[in-house]
Amino acid sequence: MSDNEFIKIKNVSKKFDDVVAVDNVDINIARGEFFSLLGPSGCGKTTLLRILAGFEYPSSGKVLIDNVDVTGITPNLRPTNMVFQNYAIFPHINVKKNIEFGLRKEKLSKDALDKRVKDALRMVQLEGYEDRYSNQLSGGQRQRIALARALVKQPKVLLLDEPLGALDKKLREEMQLELRKLQRSVGITFIFVTHDQEEAMTMSDRVAVMNKGKILQISPPRDLYNNPKNLFVGDFIGQINFLESEIKSIDSNNINVLINKLGEHTLTYSGNINKEESIVCAIRPETIQIGNNPDQIKSDITIKGKIANTSFYGNMTYIYVEIEGIAKTLMVSTSDALEGLTYDSECYININLKDIRLIKKN
Amino acid sequence: MYNKNNILFLYAILYFAFLYIPVMLLPVFSFNDAIHMVFPLKGFTLKWYDQMINASRLHQALFNSIKVGVTASIFSTLIALLAAKAFTKYKVRLRQLSYGAILLPFVIPEIIIAVSLIVLWTGMGLQLGLIPVTISHVLFCTPFCMLVLISRMEGFDRNLEEAAMDLGENAWGTFWRVTFPLVLPAIVASLLLSFVISFDEFILAFFLTSNDQTLPLYMWGQLRFPKKLPHVLALGAVIIVATSIIVMLSYWLRNLGKPTDKKSNIGGI
Amino acid sequence: MIRYWEKIYAKSENIKAYALLFPALLMVILAMASPMLLTFVTSFHTQVSMMEIDTTLTLGRYKDFFSKPVYTTLLGRSIKISFFVTLVTLITTYPLAYYIAFYVKKNKMLWIVLMTLPFWTSYLLRVFSWKVILGHKGVVNSALMALGMIEEPLGFLIYSQTAVVLTLAHAWAAFAILPLYVSLDKIDKSLLEASYDLGNSKFQTFWRVTFPLSLPGVIGAILIIFIPTVGDYVTPQLVGGTDGRMLSNMIQALFGRANNFPLGAASAVIMLFSVSLVALIVTYVTRKVSMRMS
Repeated sequence: MSDNEFIKIKNVSKKFDDVVAVDNVDINIARGEFFSLLGPSGCGKTTLLRILAGFEYPSSGKVLIDNVDVTGITPNLRPTNMVFQNYAIFPHINVKKNIEFGLRKEKLSKDALDKRVKDALRMVQLEGYEDRYSNQLSGGQRQRIALARALVKQPKVLLLDEPLGALDKKLREEMQLELRKLQRSVGITFIFVTHDQEEAMTMSDRVAVMNKGKILQISPPRDLYNNPKNLFVGDFIGQINFLESEIKSIDSNNINVLINKLGEHTLTYSGNINKEESIVCAIRPETIQIGNNPDQIKSDITIKGKIANTSFYGNMTYIYVEIEGIAKTLMVSTSDALEGLTYDSECYININLKDIRLIKKN
Repeated sequence: MYNKNNILFLYAILYFAFLYIPVMLLPVFSFNDAIHMVFPLKGFTLKWYDQMINASRLHQALFNSIKVGVTASIFSTLIALLAAKAFTKYKVRLRQLSYGAILLPFVIPEIIIAVSLIVLWTGMGLQLGLIPVTISHVLFCTPFCMLVLISRMEGFDRNLEEAAMDLGENAWGTFWRVTFPLVLPAIVASLLLSFVISFDEFILAFFLTSNDQTLPLYMWGQLRFPKKLPHVLALGAVIIVATSIIVMLSYWLRNLGKPTDKKSNIGGI
Repeated sequence: MIRYWEKIYAKSENIKAYALLFPALLMVILAMASPMLLTFVTSFHTQVSMMEIDTTLTLGRYKDFFSKPVYTTLLGRSIKISFFVTLVTLITTYPLAYYIAFYVKKNKMLWIVLMTLPFWTSYLLRVFSWKVILGHKGVVNSALMALGMIEEPLGFLIYSQTAVVLTLAHAWAAFAILPLYVSLDKIDKSLLEASYDLGNSKFQTFWRVTFPLSLPGVIGAILIIFIPTVGDYVTPQLVGGTDGRMLSNMIQALFGRANNFPLGAASAVIMLFSVSLVALIVTYVTRKVSMRMS
């Protein structure tokens, strides 16, 4: 067994009546990895997590953790622990008893138990909260207690089901950093479910994007952003412009593409593609440059447009540009406050070929 | 928009009086030094309470009522607990039908249930007595218990049970360490409320018992004799105070340690 | 293979559920359904003598019931009284439930507990206290006479159908307050604001929005008051007098002194059937009227 196959999810499917929640998913997760499952609500990511925890059993396929087939094993016997979306802190017992809850089977002495609880609370920076009850804790504190309660069991894998979803924006960003730091220091494999792409990108070693029960792409965050493998991933992660295109000819990795209104250009594509494939060209808004006259900026493609709308975000401005013959406005982002680029004014946009990604439609 | 409404408030106070004056009259007259319940009041006395304490047939009736009440409350709570679990945990086929069937005794006139049980009981050649009374009380209390328990168990966060399993407990451990302590207040409330219902129940007991009297039957028997009336009032006053305390306690229990304190659930009375 | 196990598992959910429901359903079947069925069968028998019953099936008891005016009168009166009890209880408790749901801000729970507390105290004693209040030498009469407002006791207070209705409306108040409150409290306040915003007055808003939305509570209250009160035995006995006697008193007599089980059974069957029918009609009409109004 290599450490890269610490967790093996082999051809797992899950059907509820006639709905396929998880569709033939195949993932290997490395030991000590921070792995995220990202997708819109109802994409099957939570079901997949619950299959790993043992709350659901797959309709077909297998789950192996550390070389042990756990497919049919109940949650209490698995080397996994979970942080629930609503934290599931037991309301009838205090924080200390909550953290001790899973340690009963270990038959520790009272002193050893106290020490474990203390260490766990220190780890989540809530020392001295032993006697509190769930209703005396804030959302962020509950989340930390849930984390401590799961980690105190020293699981091989920690499963996190949108644990930051209920927190407000500031606290969420703080917890993202903290969670990542914690994961590095304990060295446990984290599997993190979220619908927030920003969250997945900032914390994870690798991200799996899911939609309609299927895994669409598994990549490190940077790769996911720069080289989306399909329309859904490109669209789901960050902002993107899609341009209708058509393959004219293929010469090994160099592909001659006719991009709507931008002319015929040669792009590179790694992977198999044939001439009949229907494709689009994708361009991130920050790679497009914008100016008032055609010669201002040197670039591979320059085209005239009219500004349809602008929206200001502080550190940057999104400019929506109408180009004759293109149905959708083109989105451009810039950090410069350019003069003269206001509503209804004429502008020129500049695109370099290296920033254009070719994506298969299906 | 809904800050104040003096007319409705006044009405609420009047209705409050309408509800409570008849109930409060009995304790008031139980301290009155006269046999007839007429105004003006004569003077303060405790002799009716003295008479009550020394009425030996009352003791027997009280004992019977407690026997029936305790048995009925335990059985109905147990039956209702299982049923409530089924309705809150599983998607039961023919759910509405089973649910309706269990709640039905609550709606059907008690007299119908009473005479039907007489027909069955005498038809089987059995003697009427406290046993059919207890059975009918279990039947009558179960719907109440089930509503009380369901209203608690519905708000029950299923993740808590999953969290317990995730932390290494099996089904049995999960039940004892998480489910049971969380539902316990509702179980106690259900026991208390069904005891009160059984303890106060008159019609079923009236039809289904022969010689063994329960407390309401004893009171009914005494109401005909004006001289016996005052000590029934004293008894009534004690019962009113005791049941009020028990009911308050059970309401308090039902709201105790609710996972989310958003809204008090009174769905099940 | 997997599909097969899934099916078994889905079925086992049902098996588990019904295992849990088994005691409750068994109880309903043994202690309610089968005795009621037996009563139904008995209603087709004939009481020959004190100890003897002829089990040949006959419609004789139903003929007896409908041929003697006393039975039909009592049935009609029982239903009439139940109807008025339901109506009076609803009308008197609705404003209260409305007040608690919309105007009480703090301690709503306390209000509800206080409004339902009397319900838990002995039914018998509550009815009895009305006898004391309304009686010839009762609280009202003695108080009025002591104040010199009347010379002689008011005789119409007790032993009348009005007394029965009043007493029952008091006894069953909790059964109306709770369902009404629950359904009113559920109403999203912004719906009412939307109604004002769209130009309805407070009064129109009530009839077009609030009342229709509280209908589940109204219907719930109708069902749990109308049907059981028809079988009430204590109230007519204590405060009803001859004028306020109801069918249940007659049924009691038939199972007691008169010792005519078959006729008693037939009366019980007719009572349950007719009251259920009337309750359904009332529910239906209420729903229709409410739809017409909104």
